[in-house]
Amino acid sequence: MLDNYLPILIFILVGILVGVGPLALGYLLGPRRPDQDKNAPYECGFEAFETARLKFDVRYYLVAILFILFDLEIAFLFPWAVVLDELGVFAFWAMVVFLGILVVGFFYEWKKGALEWE
Amino acid sequence: MTELWNALPLVIQILLKITAILLPLLGLVAYYTLAERKVIGYMQVRIGPNRVGWRGVLQPIADAVKLVMKEIIIPTKADKTLFLMAPMLAIAPAMAVWAVFPFDEGLVLADINAGLLYILALSSLGVYGIIIAGWASNSRYALLGAMRSAAQMVAYEIAMGFALVGVLVAAGSLNLGAIVAAQQGGLFSWFWLPLLPLFGVYLISGVAETNRAPFDVAEGESEIVAGFHVEYSGMGFAVFFLAEYANMILISALTALLFFGGWLSPLPQVWVDGVFLLDDGFHWLLLKTLFFMYLLLWLRATFPRYRYDQIMRLGWKVFIPITIVWILVVALAVVYKLPPWWSV
Repeated sequence: MLDNYLPILIFILVGILVGVGPLALGYLLGPRRPDQDKNAPYECGFEAFETARLKFDVRYYLVAILFILFDLEIAFLFPWAVVLDELGVFAFWAMVVFLGILVVGFFYEWKKGALEWE
Repeated sequence: MTELWNALPLVIQILLKITAILLPLLGLVAYYTLAERKVIGYMQVRIGPNRVGWRGVLQPIADAVKLVMKEIIIPTKADKTLFLMAPMLAIAPAMAVWAVFPFDEGLVLADINAGLLYILALSSLGVYGIIIAGWASNSRYALLGAMRSAAQMVAYEIAMGFALVGVLVAAGSLNLGAIVAAQQGGLFSWFWLPLLPLFGVYLISGVAETNRAPFDVAEGESEIVAGFHVEYSGMGFAVFFLAEYANMILISALTALLFFGGWLSPLPQVWVDGVFLLDDGFHWLLLKTLFFMYLLLWLRATFPRYRYDQIMRLGWKVFIPITIVWILVVALAVVYKLPPWWSV
């Protein structure tokens, strides 16, 4: 069983190499003539005003939190989906109840305006 | 020949197989970029690149040579380690995903049972490359692009995950080979028909996940220049580019596999058994994948960019309700053995 995962491990290492290889090649072949203006952050030709670590909208956090909730639901649904055919009718109705609770929460978010993006 | 193969150490065998997957894939990526410029060119009544080689067929090679000779600029205020790590984090998952991808019946590098789970996990890792690139660059445009892209990708990942749950319910397995086997029986047994809404959601989410037009606000060249990779030059940029196109090919191939029967022939097996090329085989998978790859280019040439609030509304308020309803519909059909697809 675990034998099957060895190729995957090697493949991931090769994948990293596919990223490292071109960068190393570019580093070797490309010129290196740094100057102050070239290395400044790009701001359409202006000099950068201040730090780029901007404040950003709190909605991004909200989206991240909602994502965790829903992604967990998906993690719960995966095993259920695979064995549904064997578990039969009871498993189906159990999941209807579970999804029902999820949908109540979803409507609450919707009505609260958590999904609005102005 | 077989003896020679068996005499090789296991690791070398695996490395050779990986090369046999990655080289054609990278070639396809290179020529996909040319195809994009040509196809969009012709759609806009232009010719597209035609200077390098016959009708521009050497253009991707010229591009690669040009990019490799360019300086890799690291901005002074950037976090160097993360800045250089980000392109690798973007491309490693885009390559490693192919480890479990079956190309024909039994033709797969790692035939694991949790194949779909592995693909879902690795394709979620791609977002790290983008966020880290945006943050490490220490540039406003990069940060804005990364934030937009992250929020968009997680929103559509949920819709995509729910669509995949529908496929799992219909197929009853996480193994990609088994999912294709469950679609046996010709064009109308493939999952695109019983799972039509999920197919639509999956394909559109796939376009959004790869940050492609019309969902390319993360790059939005007219608003935030190039988004998360604005500070990358030369090969740093090229690696992001490779990762994006490899992901587009992956989305196309997965759509073909999960909803369009993979390597199965569109005609019922009884008609074509043993008939040359009409029978099941890798060529069908390739044909379907190329079709969806073309579709992605077509979408880019056809649709104007969505506004960001429209993207978020589509992801949360349209796709998630559709998928939840359709998962229940499919589950109902499977459990109660409803015709026409699940009546034993």
